[in-house]
Amino acid sequence: MSQFEEAHSWPGEIAPGDHHGEDGSFAAGIRGYLIGFALSVVLTVASFSIVGTKLIWAPGIPVALAVLAVAQMGVHLVFFLHINTGPDSTNNVLALAFGVLIVAMVVGGSLWIMYHLNSNMMPMNALMDLHTQH
Amino acid sequence: MSAATSTAAAAQNPHRLGYRGLGPHPSDHGRSPKRIIVGYGFWIFLLSDFVMFSGFFAAFAVLSGANAGGPSGRELFDIHNIGVETGCLLLSSVACGMASLAVDARNAVWTQLMLMVTGLLGLVFIVLEVREFSGLIDQGAGPQRSAFLSSFFALVGCHGLHVSAGLLWLGTMMAQIYAKGFTPNMIRRFMCFSLFWHALDIIWVGVFTVVYLMGVAR
Repeated sequence: MSQFEEAHSWPGEIAPGDHHGEDGSFAAGIRGYLIGFALSVVLTVASFSIVGTKLIWAPGIPVALAVLAVAQMGVHLVFFLHINTGPDSTNNVLALAFGVLIVAMVVGGSLWIMYHLNSNMMPMNALMDLHTQH
Repeated sequence: MSAATSTAAAAQNPHRLGYRGLGPHPSDHGRSPKRIIVGYGFWIFLLSDFVMFSGFFAAFAVLSGANAGGPSGRELFDIHNIGVETGCLLLSSVACGMASLAVDARNAVWTQLMLMVTGLLGLVFIVLEVREFSGLIDQGAGPQRSAFLSSFFALVGCHGLHVSAGLLWLGTMMAQIYAKGFTPNMIRRFMCFSLFWHALDIIWVGVFTVVYLMGVAR
């Protein structure tokens, strides 16, 4: 049993969270987390400062926020969860792709449907007017 | 001996997870190590958790304009507080990463130290969030005020519950690592915890963007 319990004895496959894909040194591990941290700080500060700014056309702000959020999620996945595109983590990436598909369908589909539902509904005050006219 | 035979049997059984056939690569023979299988299983759980959160996000996105004449996000949210919460959770995530490096180096002192930093920053996050919630409820902006606030408390509260559960898990695991040392079992448990903790930070990125920043920018 012990050889199967050994953490990193097995080449050719990695668990999500393992940071031993490329080079397993301690310094490389620290460097990875610090790069991820620095990128996250930059993206977070950008998100928070974009809200009050007049530099961007106001209706564009939500789009910019969404782009920054997706970028930061990507940074977290790569540098903290160590989900990378190497051949050894194909299973993890495929599962993630399926998860992203479902999340996009749930969120995007809900917004799409509810937007059309709202715009097809008669406005509440018009409904009131019909009642008062008769 | 019996474990080895059962592993060999599993490797030849194409219906078992980890079956690799008999390819040219050495790792094509036999079953994946338990660490790989546990990590993959926990990753699937986390993805299903993301799918659950996507339902809450969808509800919030649809209902975020439904104030029912009550206060909107722009009037309620304190962005500085949210910035501090975000910083706490991000630093906590990095500390958890440092703890995982300490576990790899089998250094008990640094592991416990970094896990304690992880937990304390998580605790600060929860305290700030509870204070924010009680402040909202005191203003009469509780979950029963409007559909917007119901979906707000459901989404943000669900994330807060996850963080609280993570803190409970963290405390238990610190005691277990102290008592049992770095057994393979504990190392796998720690790996799952660190995945969980980093995943919660990813959800928080969605929360502070969709709920708070877009709520204020609206």
